[in-house]
Amino acid sequence: MILIPCPHCGPRNSSEFRHAGEVKPRPDVGTVTPQEWRDYLYTRRNPAGWTTETWYHASGCRRFFTLTRHTVTNAIRSGEAGR
Amino acid sequence: MGSERRGDGRRRPARYSALTLLRRGLTASPWPRSWQAHELKPSYDVVIVGAGVHGLAAAYYLAVNHGITDVAVLDKGYIGGGGSGRNTAILRSNYLTPEGVRFYQRSLTLYQDLAAQLNFNVMFSRRGHLTLAHTDASLRTMRWRAEVNKLQHVDSEVIGPEEVKRLAPYLDVTSRVRYPILGALYHPPGGIIRHDAVNWGYARGADARGVHIHQDTEVLGIDVGAGRVQRVRTSRGDIATPVVLNCTAGWATTIADMAGVGLPIITHPLQAAVTEPVKMFLHTVVVSGSLHVYVSQTDRGELVFGASVDPYPSYSTRGSLEFIEELAGHVLELMPSIARLRLLRQWAGLCDMTPDYSPIMGVTPVDGFLVDVGWGTYGFKAGPVSGEAMAELVATGKTPELIAPFALSRFGAGALVGEKGAASVGH
Repeated sequence: MILIPCPHCGPRNSSEFRHAGEVKPRPDVGTVTPQEWRDYLYTRRNPAGWTTETWYHASGCRRFFTLTRHTVTNAIRSGEAGR
Repeated sequence: MGSERRGDGRRRPARYSALTLLRRGLTASPWPRSWQAHELKPSYDVVIVGAGVHGLAAAYYLAVNHGITDVAVLDKGYIGGGGSGRNTAILRSNYLTPEGVRFYQRSLTLYQDLAAQLNFNVMFSRRGHLTLAHTDASLRTMRWRAEVNKLQHVDSEVIGPEEVKRLAPYLDVTSRVRYPILGALYHPPGGIIRHDAVNWGYARGADARGVHIHQDTEVLGIDVGAGRVQRVRTSRGDIATPVVLNCTAGWATTIADMAGVGLPIITHPLQAAVTEPVKMFLHTVVVSGSLHVYVSQTDRGELVFGASVDPYPSYSTRGSLEFIEELAGHVLELMPSIARLRLLRQWAGLCDMTPDYSPIMGVTPVDGFLVDVGWGTYGFKAGPVSGEAMAELVATGKTPELIAPFALSRFGAGALVGEKGAASVGH
């Protein structure tokens, strides 16, 4: 079990959280092309390395927050280091 | 007699048969190696990335069906060291969409004759496949699947708890558990196979026909010029090639990124575990979506368990204790009598999950860069058919009808092939 450092509750077991996905800027709906919208909906960087992502503390404070995690080692850089 | 050579200089694999076994046993002559190590050539007609069942099958069918043998299969590890050697080796075709059912059924047909075709015992054991329903909602999906299956001439039917008990007497079909068994989708053609043998059989068959399999050869980059593939850069040197086929699992986005192709894929680990061997008592494959578990007994007697993917994306193949705890709890709800069995080991493999739980096969915006990726938790059972179809695409330049619904362009066109209800468990 990895520990996720919730900015509001401190480090907690990852089973308390839901992974919401990579942080991705939402295109302006007024000017976006279908291709750009498709990429926004589906395409992911999915890196084998550091990635910035959104988590949801479902069984805790029920707030969303972002953190930076290494997807190969599961080390966490921002906030308190999870292990 | 280490390497026997034909007139054309190609090595001939030893024909495996009782007679050869006897002859070699009596003469004590060594068996020729099943495949060779080669120097990396500066160019190949086709480069396949990933020496798992998909890559090796594609190479095999390129050689056998289309006579294209100037093919390199590259792998940064060893043959079948990724998903092809980490799956739970279950074969079935009882999917939810007509496109999916037709596709996986072709794979099952190829698997049935594979041992004879490859002259390699792949230990296919057709023993029936039960998908348990614990809720009215899942029973409804099973009826739906059974009807779709029958329309595609695939043998599937919904059965009640008594019939489940007859097929798998050790299952607890009483109503005193948290998730009582209300019925099941019974799929008699399903079964299990020895996955390593499939990988090795394809490798041996492809190698014998002149395909070069390069293990320990990592792809570092793919050069694209004028909108098409020019060169593959590897840890052992560069290869000029007009065609690159991405057959990786777990690393599909990493390889596609080198060619500048974005994929709708997220990589999750999936864990599995195996018990000590016991006398045969479980004669069917048992799957429970609600309990996130599937179990089968190998010919050696071990129980093999698989589960749903880990809840967050990762490339880590480390096992975790919470997985074992949850798995044991769920398995014991199904089969309380195995409580004293010990687990021998657990492991994890990487699953490339797509938004609609169907794979991505075919062409990409980069000419010559083809993909056979996004195999989620269902890739092994599709090895032969996707190898056959991708070989046809490479040889003819036309996407075979069987895999046309699984094109990368479906995400832009909004024509998803939704298999979430039948692809695996616990989504």
